[in-house]
Amino acid sequence: MQIPAPFDYVRATTVENALELLARYGPESRVVAGGHSLLPMMKLRLSRPEWLIDINDLYELDFILRDGNKLRVGALTRHTTLLESDEVAGLFPIVRDAERVIADPVVRNRGTIGGSLCQADPAEDLSTVCDVLGAEAVIRGPGGERILSMSEFHRGPYETAVGQDELLCEVRFGIRPRSGSAYEKVERRVGDWAVGAAGAAVTLTADGTVDDAAVGLTALGLDHPLAGAAAVLRGRHPDEELFAEAGRLAAEACNPVADQRGPVDYKRHLADELTQRVLRRACARAAQTQEG
Amino acid sequence: MTLIHDRQSNPAAGDEDRPIGYGRIQRKEDPRFVRGKGHYLDDIVLPGMLHGAILRAPVAHAKLVSIDTTNALAHPKVVAVITGKDLLGLKLAWAPTLSADVQAVLVTDKVRFQGQEVAFVVAEDRYAARDALELIDVEYDVLPPLVDARKALDADAPVIRDEIEGRTDNRIFDWEMGDKAETDAVFASADVVVSQEVVYPRVHPAPMETCGAVADFDAVNGKLTLYETTQAPHAHRTLFAIVAGIPEHKIRIVSPDIGGGFGNKVGIYPGYILAVVGSIVSGRPVKWVEDRSENLMSTSFARDYIMQGEIAATRDGKILALRTHVLADHGAFNATAQPTKNPAGFFSIFTGSYDLLAAHCSVTGVYTNKAPGGVAYACSFRVTEAVYLVERMVDILARKLDMDPAELRLKNFIKPEQFPYANKTGWVYDSGNYEAAMRLSMQLAGYEDLRREQAEKRERGELMGIGVSFFTEVVGAGPRKHFDIVGLGMADGAELRVHPTGKAVVRISVQSQGQGHETTFAQIVAEELGIPPEDIDVVHGDTDQTPFGLGTYGSRSTPVSGGAVALVARKVREKAKLIAGAMLETRPEDLEWEKGRWFVKGDPSAGKTIAEIAMAAHGTMTLPEGVDGNLDAEVTYDPPNLTFPFGAYICVVDIDPGTGQVKVRRFIAVDDCGTRINPMIIEGQVHGGLTDGVGMALMEIIEFDADGNCLGGSFMDYLIPTAMEVPDWETGFTVTPSPHHPIGAKGIGESATVGSPPAIVNAVVDALAPFGVTHMDMPCTPARVWAAMQGRARPPI
Ligand SMILES: Cc1cc2nc3c(=O)[nH]c(=O)nc-3n(C[C@H](O)[C@H](O)[C@H](O)COP(=O)(O)OP(=O)(O)OC[C@H]3O[C@@H](n4cnc5c(N)ncnc54)[C@H](O)[C@@H]3O)c2cc1C
Repeated sequence: MQIPAPFDYVRATTVENALELLARYGPESRVVAGGHSLLPMMKLRLSRPEWLIDINDLYELDFILRDGNKLRVGALTRHTTLLESDEVAGLFPIVRDAERVIADPVVRNRGTIGGSLCQADPAEDLSTVCDVLGAEAVIRGPGGERILSMSEFHRGPYETAVGQDELLCEVRFGIRPRSGSAYEKVERRVGDWAVGAAGAAVTLTADGTVDDAAVGLTALGLDHPLAGAAAVLRGRHPDEELFAEAGRLAAEACNPVADQRGPVDYKRHLADELTQRVLRRACARAAQTQEG
Repeated sequence: MTLIHDRQSNPAAGDEDRPIGYGRIQRKEDPRFVRGKGHYLDDIVLPGMLHGAILRAPVAHAKLVSIDTTNALAHPKVVAVITGKDLLGLKLAWAPTLSADVQAVLVTDKVRFQGQEVAFVVAEDRYAARDALELIDVEYDVLPPLVDARKALDADAPVIRDEIEGRTDNRIFDWEMGDKAETDAVFASADVVVSQEVVYPRVHPAPMETCGAVADFDAVNGKLTLYETTQAPHAHRTLFAIVAGIPEHKIRIVSPDIGGGFGNKVGIYPGYILAVVGSIVSGRPVKWVEDRSENLMSTSFARDYIMQGEIAATRDGKILALRTHVLADHGAFNATAQPTKNPAGFFSIFTGSYDLLAAHCSVTGVYTNKAPGGVAYACSFRVTEAVYLVERMVDILARKLDMDPAELRLKNFIKPEQFPYANKTGWVYDSGNYEAAMRLSMQLAGYEDLRREQAEKRERGELMGIGVSFFTEVVGAGPRKHFDIVGLGMADGAELRVHPTGKAVVRISVQSQGQGHETTFAQIVAEELGIPPEDIDVVHGDTDQTPFGLGTYGSRSTPVSGGAVALVARKVREKAKLIAGAMLETRPEDLEWEKGRWFVKGDPSAGKTIAEIAMAAHGTMTLPEGVDGNLDAEVTYDPPNLTFPFGAYICVVDIDPGTGQVKVRRFIAVDDCGTRINPMIIEGQVHGGLTDGVGMALMEIIEFDADGNCLGGSFMDYLIPTAMEVPDWETGFTVTPSPHHPIGAKGIGESATVGSPPAIVNAVVDALAPFGVTHMDMPCTPARVWAAMQGRARPPI
């Protein structure tokens, strides 16, 4: 049994209550959602909050809701819920692609989209997913609500725009016609974090050329979607040559570090290979929705 | 696919139809395990029990300058803090290992590996004990670490064991076996010689349950009761008597239900000794249970062999000779459990399953700044390394000769008529029919079709590999004359009592860590006495209740204790015969045995069952001469030889050419462990070992950085396989009984662990043949496989 440093614990009853508690207990307090990132760090005593504010009773943050041309997902939505939602899979197949390879069922039953984004681990799969889908983060704090784009939300590894006294409440995804998306990850074993992964979202024009596209990488040293991907892809017909060009771009742009999962040259190769694969699949899916 | 369908367990059936002896019956221990009613070490709670925690060294090599425990002692819940200095006073600072070395219980002079034990806190609860560790101030003077075993013997390498007088280097031993001159001569005149460095990296047994102990020293009567996660309770009792100076009759070791051992729980860890010291010092029971990181970082690892192999053959594929030199990394203390007289255990069985003209091996063992150990992971005492080496070498030779690897093996097997077969390094294999097992495996796999499929896929650029391995295991240590652990001969006792109503209890010295002893040993008695296994209780794990024996590891339970149990049951049967003679007023010679009863030859209606005889043995009847009452017996079984199970494995993998990810698509395992007692348990052992093999072949490695930091200290870093990484196992079997074992059985516990890694790696290398790859070392992670595809395969250490 790995034993964390001593801490106190309180359960929030509502979003307002959670915000009050955060204000009351200050910088040494942390909210716990699924706990699958925070608790392991506490057990290793890498993280030592004095207060844990449990937000698992905030059912108001556990929802998936279609609202016009937006899909709204509550921050407390579990990985499993996202994985199993046919509505999400239909609109954004990348989510199911990613959720299938995030951790294992035990972790997915507890871990939340909010926790994933706030943890902002460079190997967090949902960060890349939200990036390429151009999601928005709805944050609430003492000063009210603000809505940020993903590029504003992410501030680098383990850092987000969410203040100590704030709560991420919702993630919003824009629904666009003729779109497809895909995610692929290389892991050493089921349940392992990514050696490297890539995600892509593509929108096609009526004539089948690329209208818009985003490519993101996970654990490969690229904090934001691949700059220039859209510029390269837009207006072109999706084909192997185009995918290869995008792959080269990804390999050049990424900045991986060597670790136990692999050396830099391999990871760079993955950026190329996986970018090609996800673009191929995203384009095929987009073409399908166009037909369908 | 499962081939055997002998008698099925059917609780509804009448006594006649129920399996009485061998067969596929459900495990007697499982009802308690599947209901969460097992009783593991951490379930033990004694009145007044305290909790211990170990402060561990953060660095790999450092002089210990000072320890200040003042703040820890001031913690309101802390009862005691024990340091190396305290142990020096008790002469307990150093304890003997199982390999003629010593190991520090707590650091006194310097730290020799990261995670080494520095101080022990005893507190009212586990949380306080853990918190207090942070209140101990330790000053270290960091020394350059020795991490790379290849540099251990360099002149400028830091000397790790400088506390040993006269020691100026890190060499533990140099050892060799076989005829060097003869071997060299064969190599010199061979048509073909291939050489390859083959690395078996450091891995960890990683049992689900970590190690721990609850020590309860009763100061009034001087008795120590020590609950431990141990695979060898009796050996531990004797060692505690010798080391701690407590009289042996005042020590009771209890090994409760064990959540996996795999060799990890053979040795005596500092934590066990510290729990005892803590109990003596505090006068209260002390529990110590390590956490996952402690288990992975400080307890017995496995392997860590760098093997330079060479194989000589004729051009047409007759293998002539093998030779190898091994550099063995033993970590900071030589703590291998070693039943043979050889410091490299059974490694010299590296001649494998082949009939050779000559063989020679040498092993150099060195110290490094890493955790000690080397027994573990199915602690086959280095057979695992040996089989891996020869099976890689044979495959490399096959490639060189452009021969099919299965054909090359078939051509070189020891033939059935050659058994008992004396190999070139001194082992006498008891029995075998290798060709039959190999052919069955190929048939189950559809070998020819697989090769055809592979050829088609290669045309399309797809990477499919077929790997073959054939292994001969050497298990069941062993004849007491040749095998011992710190001087304790490796014979096992067994005691059997048949109660008046015909129910029985058998007491054995070996301890189950999941092998199903309570079922297997009951079945052996059942087979011999003809009473149902349900009527036989198996008692094990408590030295106060069981006869002496050396414990469960190296697949020795069935070969040694299994023999003891069969013999003790036969002894009872013979005693029953005498009593039955008196009951039936017949001479015993005129009685005949059928399962469960003695009857008069020619008159089957005149007979007595074991239950009837048992009642008479405890009753008022005048017993025949030589029978003093009861239906009990005891034996000690000293096996005449080891047993040599074998098997033929075929693995099929697919590799993603873009990412290097390996998928094990099929695995066919044909095992021969002689007589099969409970096929279901055998298959369970095989499934576990195969899974283990997938882990070692594809993902497991305990790595260190240049400073000696262990990089495998959690299950996020040290990967073990899950159900998702393994295929549906396809098992088959042949039966070649051991000629010398009382029931013809051989061990099966580690066969699959030994045999599967080479099959998987051979398959991966086979898949990569289009890239010109002839060898790659484990673990075959995506990154390493991809590097091999680029022509840049590198050893992992
Ligand atoms: C064995 C294992 C394997 C894993 N593998 C993967 C993987 O392959 N890929 C992957 O992407 N992830 C993986 N994870 C992480 C998993 O997805 C986590 O569940 C997730 O990262 C965090 O979600 P959580 O709800 O558990 O967050 P918590 O652990 O509860 O919290 C994480 C952080 O976010 C903060 N936080 C949580 N919710 C909010 C909120 N609403 N507002 C503000 N701050 C908040 C917390 O204070 C904390 O700092 C793995 C985890 C484990 C244990």
